Amino acid sequence: MVRITTLALLLAAVPLFVQSNHLLGLFIGVLFSAYLAQSWNILGGLCGQFSFGHAAFFGVGLYSSLILQVDFGWPAPLALVSAAVAGAVAGLFVGFVSFRYGLRGSYFALVTLAFAEILRMTASVVSFTGAGSGKYLPTRLGIEHLQFSKSGYFYFILVLFVLVHLLVLAIQNSRLGARFAAIREDEEAASALGVDVFRYKMIAILISSAVAGVGGCFYGQYYFYTDPHIAFGAAVSIEMLLAPIIGGAGTLFGPIVGAVVLRVAAELGQSLTGGVPGFNLILYGIMVILIVRYMPDGLIGGLRRPWALMRRRPTAATG
Amino acid sequence: MLSLEILLHSVVTGLMNGAVYALVAMGLTLIFGVLHIINFAHGSLLMVAMYGVFFAVTLLGIDPYVTIPFMMVLMYFAGYGLQRYVIGNAGQGRDTNILLITLGAAVVMDNLALYLWTGDTRQLQLDYMMAVVDLGFALIPVTRIIAFVAACALFVAMWLVIERTDFGRAMRAVAKEPFGARVVGIDVDRVYAQTMGIGTACLGAAAALLLPIFYVNPQIGNVFVLLAFTIVVLGSMGNIVGALVGGLLVGLVESVGGFFLGDRLGQVGIFVIFILILTFRPQGLFSARV
Repeated sequence: MVRITTLALLLAAVPLFVQSNHLLGLFIGVLFSAYLAQSWNILGGLCGQFSFGHAAFFGVGLYSSLILQVDFGWPAPLALVSAAVAGAVAGLFVGFVSFRYGLRGSYFALVTLAFAEILRMTASVVSFTGAGSGKYLPTRLGIEHLQFSKSGYFYFILVLFVLVHLLVLAIQNSRLGARFAAIREDEEAASALGVDVFRYKMIAILISSAVAGVGGCFYGQYYFYTDPHIAFGAAVSIEMLLAPIIGGAGTLFGPIVGAVVLRVAAELGQSLTGGVPGFNLILYGIMVILIVRYMPDGLIGGLRRPWALMRRRPTAATG
Repeated sequence: MLSLEILLHSVVTGLMNGAVYALVAMGLTLIFGVLHIINFAHGSLLMVAMYGVFFAVTLLGIDPYVTIPFMMVLMYFAGYGLQRYVIGNAGQGRDTNILLITLGAAVVMDNLALYLWTGDTRQLQLDYMMAVVDLGFALIPVTRIIAFVAACALFVAMWLVIERTDFGRAMRAVAKEPFGARVVGIDVDRVYAQTMGIGTACLGAAAALLLPIFYVNPQIGNVFVLLAFTIVVLGSMGNIVGALVGGLLVGLVESVGGFFLGDRLGQVGIFVIFILILTFRPQGLFSARV
């Protein structure tokens, strides 16, 4: 709690010092990645259900927010709420079909992946999503339209970022979090101890996908545009799962660390190669293999281990 | 409107595509049956093989079908190395770790291809690609017929290897009981790598058969990887004959679905089957067996 508040206050001061729009954009990107990573982390990290198609929930939120604003004239804040609802509905559907029949591990990963692909293909054919040409949001600056200046967007995503971290912290410190952890560590044992596994997996995917849906809404407000590939493409799903894995799945700060590493690596790759397409994803791929190989608990876990050893050693010597 | 002749044509096309899909899926199902891992890099390895064939044809002027044996050997070693030095080393036997490693390898390959060969879609230009064979009720391009026949032949060959050779027997032993296999003196890690090699070698052949009827770009792996997963799940994971039946079925659904709903929604039909099968009958239509 203290660490989150400190981090939030430090970050809140950033626009006072950072004048360059490019750098501020980078901060927004990192916070946004961390937000999405945290959404994946609720289901994948805390509850141990690895989704390979989290773009499905992100994209449903993104499209529903844009469609409701553009075609139905809904006010933006209401669209934000409905993005959460739409994401949650998609999540509950996927959760129901998979968890009801006990799909887990690789099977669950495959179902989520296929679900995102179905949505991507459908969105590129049907007309109410604008098919392949995508969906635009007209510019209407103002807080009632959830459209801001660059620093305004920074505070917008900062608020979302803080809220999702408080949410994860609250889950971790509650019985709900204990049940999630029990399911993650050993489903049979959890069930034997009286945890209703199906119910708590549904709760995990509900929260996770609602958070992802809101992330989709933010994307729409920030970039004013989406197409099927942006919303449901595999790249989104991969980024959402890589950041928490690299940082440390199931931890509070892992997704932040992962998001920072990924975004900075992408930025460095871009400037080193002059924006060659695909280069940052090559780096991501190599990074994930190395991390899984040498630090299976992510950067946070990998750094925590020697740190804990260092702290333990003196007591071991004296005792 | 719904002319019977066009329907019949799409049925035949579907079956012919299905045989090649089955070849791709056979590699995947073999790997799953023996190593019990889901190899996300499978589609990307196919993409790499397709580029290999493409450059062999355009730069060296070799006929695509002549490249089959060479591509199979090359891909065998690629798969062998991938298992021995990357997956086996880094996976540490944890399901999710292996999943992530193969995903990472896929991401690296896809984007390396994008980096090296750009995102352009490339197609072969060969003089016999326009030739057709009249089957009486349908005109079928000769390239599709070659693909169908060759895929079926490779299928039979693979089945014989698994059923009739010592290597096949060792593979089946490892699939059933890795520990017991180790006890009787089988080098399990080697069999794992060999299986991965053979599964990947199937892709070398599939690439050469696919390229004349298809195209190649860095994203092509994604198209086939989900297709192959659907087939593998449909035909029961690890079941070779199931992969053939599943492949033919999926080819049929795609082309007949495309006939009724339009090309892109035909693909959606495949994924709907995929999710339905995974949820209601995750063991597939048959029972699992290598």
